[in-house]
Amino acid sequence: MYTVNIAILTPFIVALFIPFLYKRLSAIHTGWFVLAVPVALFAILASYIPAVANGETFYSSIPWLPSLGINFTAYLDGLGLIFALLITGVGSLVILYSIYYLSKERESLHHFYIYLLMFMGAMLGVVFSDNLLVLYVFWELTSISSFLLIAYWHHRRQSRYGAQKSMLITVMGGIGMLAGFLMLSSFAGTFSVREIIDGMGDYASHALFVPAMLLILLGAFTKSAQFPFHIWLPDAMEAPTPVSAYLHSATMVKAGIYLVARFTPVFGGEAVWFWVVSIVGIVTLFWGSFTAIRQTDLKALLAYSTISQLGLIMTLLGLGSAALHFDVIDNQSFYYSLAIFAALFHLVNHSTFKGALFMVVGIVDHETGTRDIRKLGGLMTVMPVTFTVAVIGSFSMAGLPPFNGFLSKEMFFTAVLRIIELPFFSVETWGLLFPIIAWLASVLTFVYCLILIFKTFFGEHQPEKLEKSAHEAPFGMLVSPVILASLVVAFFFFPNVLGEFLLKPAYGAVMPAFIDAGVFDYQIKAWHGINTELLMTLGIVGLGLVLYRSLPRWVGVYSLFPAMLSLDRLYNGALISVERRSNEITNRYMTGNMYHYLLYIFLVILGLVYTVALTTGALSFNVSNDAPISIYEGILAAVMAITAISILFAKSRMTGILLNGVLGYLVALFFVFFRAPDLALTQLVIETVTAALFLLCFYFLPDWDKQKHKTKPKLLNGLIAVATGAMVTVLALSVNSNRLFDSISAFYENAYELAGAKNIVNAILGDFRAFDTMLEVVVLLIAGLGVYVLIKLKASKGGRDLEGK
Amino acid sequence: METMMSLLVGVLVTVATYLILSKSLLRVILGTAIMSHAVHLLIMIMGGFSGDSSAPLLGEEATSYTDALPQALILTAIVISFGVTALFLVLAYRTYRDLGTDDLTKLRGLDDDE
Repeated sequence: MYTVNIAILTPFIVALFIPFLYKRLSAIHTGWFVLAVPVALFAILASYIPAVANGETFYSSIPWLPSLGINFTAYLDGLGLIFALLITGVGSLVILYSIYYLSKERESLHHFYIYLLMFMGAMLGVVFSDNLLVLYVFWELTSISSFLLIAYWHHRRQSRYGAQKSMLITVMGGIGMLAGFLMLSSFAGTFSVREIIDGMGDYASHALFVPAMLLILLGAFTKSAQFPFHIWLPDAMEAPTPVSAYLHSATMVKAGIYLVARFTPVFGGEAVWFWVVSIVGIVTLFWGSFTAIRQTDLKALLAYSTISQLGLIMTLLGLGSAALHFDVIDNQSFYYSLAIFAALFHLVNHSTFKGALFMVVGIVDHETGTRDIRKLGGLMTVMPVTFTVAVIGSFSMAGLPPFNGFLSKEMFFTAVLRIIELPFFSVETWGLLFPIIAWLASVLTFVYCLILIFKTFFGEHQPEKLEKSAHEAPFGMLVSPVILASLVVAFFFFPNVLGEFLLKPAYGAVMPAFIDAGVFDYQIKAWHGINTELLMTLGIVGLGLVLYRSLPRWVGVYSLFPAMLSLDRLYNGALISVERRSNEITNRYMTGNMYHYLLYIFLVILGLVYTVALTTGALSFNVSNDAPISIYEGILAAVMAITAISILFAKSRMTGILLNGVLGYLVALFFVFFRAPDLALTQLVIETVTAALFLLCFYFLPDWDKQKHKTKPKLLNGLIAVATGAMVTVLALSVNSNRLFDSISAFYENAYELAGAKNIVNAILGDFRAFDTMLEVVVLLIAGLGVYVLIKLKASKGGRDLEGK
Repeated sequence: METMMSLLVGVLVTVATYLILSKSLLRVILGTAIMSHAVHLLIMIMGGFSGDSSAPLLGEEATSYTDALPQALILTAIVISFGVTALFLVLAYRTYRDLGTDDLTKLRGLDDDE
């Protein structure tokens, strides 16, 4: 019942036991234990194929935070299944490959396999989760595990740089996506993707519809390395090759593709979605293939080719979404929706041939010690099996028969040609650019495929440039690429097995209406007769060969492109300048000088209070209720004001301290006038002690000569001081004029009946509100302890003790 | 009466603020001491006056008493501000003894803080 949920969790659970296996069973390569996980999962998931091909879906939900509508919900349909089979299938092959690729002695294998299993589980979680927030959790887990895997050789600076870059970019997109998800669920009223899809159609006019769409696309584009967020992928090539093969060609970069496909029923049919997805895809396609040609590192070349191929898939998803705009589901709209089918087909094809190619490059690297195509050459006779796999992979990528890439590329051309006929979205203006750019990008793809083959395997063998003497890879290392290469060929000859059992249900998940309407009727065919697509392929081969032969003559075109404007420079510059600017700004206001902080505090308080007071009209003065002023009080107030002001002009601190004492006694006198005997008493005693304390400190404080001059009056300080004083006065007067209700003090006049006390103030302190008094005692206690410690405790080792000097 | 006292509190706050904004630590402490005087008086006047009422002692058997609640509050506040002032003063003493200055502009963290 919970098979799919358990399948998602299995890799995480196994990962827990990896360190144990690694330590206890160190004689066996840890990878063998890990291999069982994806193989078992693949077998289990494969058993769902017949049911899913019949249109069944599986749903199981484990409550996680049910009160918030967040549940660990697994939903298995055609789209999830095709991705899951890729994840577990390619995952098994990659783990098998890594067993031979990574040395048992030199590498910390347990880290590698824990990260890899974490990634696998997270990826399965992404494709099976029906709950938006759970999907997001797994999405970020893929980012984190990818980060850990890229920096696997963390002693290398480049690895750390690549890991940080991919983390920053994918997490940036991921957070955007989270915002998009929250917007989406806020107007759809549910976190469940299925329910959102079912309820769609009414939301298109919602104000958050387009922002949610764009934010979700941001997440998809960053993860799938679409232009201009593709820059992290080439730097992620610092990871071990199995990781590059798995994460950065077959699975993780397709998470964005998955997301776009999954949300096509939600957002598809909208012009914004159509244009953004298609244009970003086609630009990525062209830019990736254009940049791949200039690379000298095989992995970098493959990284850019991955970017380019992902752009191709993205374009197809964008073009196919237009079919949802049609009002009726018939053969005409179905005709356009086939782009989606092509996208899914190419997705599978790309995983097979790109996985194989990365493994080939890994083998070349492993057996020769370099991936630099300027040092390589003539490996065909040395490594015949590797060479064969490389040819199959490259020609499939270039779109030649008899490999599966040919079929999906033909379908791609069909899609871009059909789109010109589209009667809406103002395609007539710019639509023609799609086939042209697509064709040019395919020519460039063909060129870099030729570079990959000819520069590595043909030409002169130069053993002196290589670190190792080249030889064929061990058998175990070749198994995985050979399996993938055979799939590449098998899919060409039997595409409809794949089409019927996997692609059609996946297509059905993206475009359910077309399956329901029963218009789906399509067979993948290698031969369509002589048509435009075939002529385009022939043109590609012709022009590609010419371009490859004349490569040295036109390669200079790359140096025309200003290095200053490269996106990597932009990224690095932005990172550095953000760091420097924020440092500068912080250093500017965080001066470390208390005076400045006090200025900020006073200015903010003044600004807030005056703004509020003036804008809300809270100020009002009403002096009619004032009690009369007796002559004593008047004189006392005047004396007090004079005393206070004269503190400012005190020539020495001694005067200042004494005047402060006078002020305290005057306050005590006021308390007498105000009929507060307890206050007067306390104030007298406390003021005496305080004055004594001041004098004590005065005795110990610095020699006075330089301090004796009166402080330089500062205009700003004066202004702030006057404004603060005025603020308090104004507030006090306003409050006095706006008494809203009477005091509750009449209750305390029952002190004798309730507390047996005649002194009301003491009854409040010791009975009605004794809790305050208790804590006040605690304050005194703490202050006393603090004073004692400050005086007694010797300076720590680092501090200077001036007493002895 | 309230107006006059409000003005007096304003003067005290002005003086205290000006002192708090100065460089010398002792002046800052003086400023806080004066600020607490001002606040105590402010609480007092906010409680309101009535010229003919008696001190809050029931033995007086007067018709009306002054408001006892602000007095209790002030009493608590006086004690707390005394505790804080005492600690602050000793801290200033200790600062000078260990660091050799009471100039706030020179007290800007140790060099190895950064």
